Amino acid sequence: MEGKKIIINDVTLRDGMHAMSHQYEIEDMVEIAKALDEAGVDIIEVSHGDGLAGNAINYGFSKYPETEYISAVAGVLKNAKLDVLLLPGIGTIEDLEVVIDLGVKVVRIATHCTEADIAIQHIEYSKGKGLDVVGFLMMAHMISPDELVKQAKIMESAGADCVYVVDSAGAMLPQDVADRIKAFKDNLNCQVGFHAHNNLSLGVANSLAAVQSGADRIDASLCGLGAGAGNAPLEVLIAVFNKAGIKTSCDLYKLMDAAEDIVRPMMKRKGVEVVIDRDSLSLGYAGVYSSFLLHAKRASQRFGVDTRDILFELGRRRMVGGQEDMIIDVAVELANGLKNELEVK
Amino acid sequence: MSAEYKNGKVKCIIVGSGNIGTDLLIKILRYSKNLEPVMMVGIDPNSDGLARAKRLGIETTYEGIDGFLKRKDLVDAVDIIFEATSAKAHIQNAPIYKELGKIAIDLTPAALGPYVVPPVNLGEHLDKLNVNLITCGGQATIPMVYAVSRVVKVHYAEIVSSVASKSAGPGTRQNIDEFTQTTAKGLEVIGGARKGKAIIILNPAEPPIIMRNTVYTITDECDSEDIRESIYQMVDEVKKYVPGYNLKSEPIFDPLDKYPIRIPGYGEFKRGYKVTILLEIEGAGHYLPKYAGNLDIMTSAALRVGELFAEKILREKSVVQ
Repeated sequence: MEGKKIIINDVTLRDGMHAMSHQYEIEDMVEIAKALDEAGVDIIEVSHGDGLAGNAINYGFSKYPETEYISAVAGVLKNAKLDVLLLPGIGTIEDLEVVIDLGVKVVRIATHCTEADIAIQHIEYSKGKGLDVVGFLMMAHMISPDELVKQAKIMESAGADCVYVVDSAGAMLPQDVADRIKAFKDNLNCQVGFHAHNNLSLGVANSLAAVQSGADRIDASLCGLGAGAGNAPLEVLIAVFNKAGIKTSCDLYKLMDAAEDIVRPMMKRKGVEVVIDRDSLSLGYAGVYSSFLLHAKRASQRFGVDTRDILFELGRRRMVGGQEDMIIDVAVELANGLKNELEVK
Repeated sequence: MSAEYKNGKVKCIIVGSGNIGTDLLIKILRYSKNLEPVMMVGIDPNSDGLARAKRLGIETTYEGIDGFLKRKDLVDAVDIIFEATSAKAHIQNAPIYKELGKIAIDLTPAALGPYVVPPVNLGEHLDKLNVNLITCGGQATIPMVYAVSRVVKVHYAEIVSSVASKSAGPGTRQNIDEFTQTTAKGLEVIGGARKGKAIIILNPAEPPIIMRNTVYTITDECDSEDIRESIYQMVDEVKKYVPGYNLKSEPIFDPLDKYPIRIPGYGEFKRGYKVTILLEIEGAGHYLPKYAGNLDIMTSAALRVGELFAEKILREKSVVQ
């Protein structure tokens, strides 16, 4: 384990899509991708926030068609591998087929942590195309390390080269991460990865715990640009890894510059903020899918209820990734509840 | 056709002994006027569905469709085959049914035959040998899209079906791509939307969640009251065969002049409405508990279609005699 290089998988252009309400300009993506590539990032993910074919009323439509983003980034990468995310139930193998020809080298298939078997088709297909294939087990805080291992094994036996523990809700503490990554390392032969959200301000700390427990791949994004309070900020992560003596191929100064000179100005221009506020903190605290944040804020305005009340109710109902429609359902119910209360008084 | 109709019923078999097949068997035995199930075909000798069929006095085979084909007497006697396997299996089996001249009612998303959604086009394809019931999500949501599109032009329809993990058997899980593709096409072909998109979510929460469906449509300008009325009428129509089919709230109308929608590569919509329909479908609790409305909506549709085919066969037979 000592001395191995950690593979860095950037998600600024995919998880960041959530924070950008999917309104990325193609030029911005290209500029960021170039900077990431030059800074030595191993893998760069480009997709709708909810994966290929995530363009929907339920998740929000991106400014440009997905293939335009992917082709544009594919055209500028020199060393980094281009990766796409797919959630079975939202995207299909047909959607994969279209983008694989555009130069995709890594495919990540994401399911809720208990539903790995719906990814078998897609993992096998991508493996058959000779791609690097990753299984991505979301909302991994919801089940025990042992249960998670069972699901990871389904993905590994389908052919995954790596399986991720994905803290979609940013709800894990470092020990939760360590327990799950260790369980994976003890029971799987494939690589193991970790994807953080920063809702409890533990994005970097949890990623460090993951590497110290044996993780091979880590996700991060410049300025933490991602759903909820964002991901582990890539520039900070690499600074911490450098100090901890953890090797990567990344150049810290170049990442700092990319964050400061490209991503932050773009966020400012687009009016995008990624912060730990009462709402994103509630995601981590209640264990709710980070991508729900902006949708819940919108529903809060539309129906006149507190975002936190929506998020906590979603947590209580144990809603999983992709169920953005239930945000409206909850908001309407809460609003009707409020109305009834007012009428009684 | 050498089939006999001794008890005034048309003989049928169910291929597939999973959740859907078993629930359908129970429904046919309980409610059918015209159908008599004579065999349940499975591939797993230990399947719960086959055990259940045996207990209900129905002959079973675990040798797949070959187990049925061996039984020449049954092959001759049967008119209708319900396919409750998987899209892949149905694609293999369909030519055999065709060769035998049997009517196939396909409950998988294989979509070889024309789509049927009872409250929209129940009687339309009774001359075909293979009809397809799309998917549970399609059966649940297409009536709503149709309810909107019969009033006003629907530029785009999108549905999200959430079902309890426990109610999604291996067939559904292997068919997840076919589910989204076939449902989306159904929204267009039967629902009447210019463009359709379908999403399915499996939720493992305990106790299991009741099947939920959210239907979004982007419409032209019109009186929202007309849409509302059409939706309520259609809910009553579906309730006739799926009593647990309910609106979770009033339909929500977002005026597009206030909340415009831009779909990349398709168009920008600034007039009319985004209509959101929140549905909850509680099952009858026949094979799986009540949360599995996804079974009921599919098997109840299959029963309705099967019943109609059987009626037609019996009618034609009596004319001949």
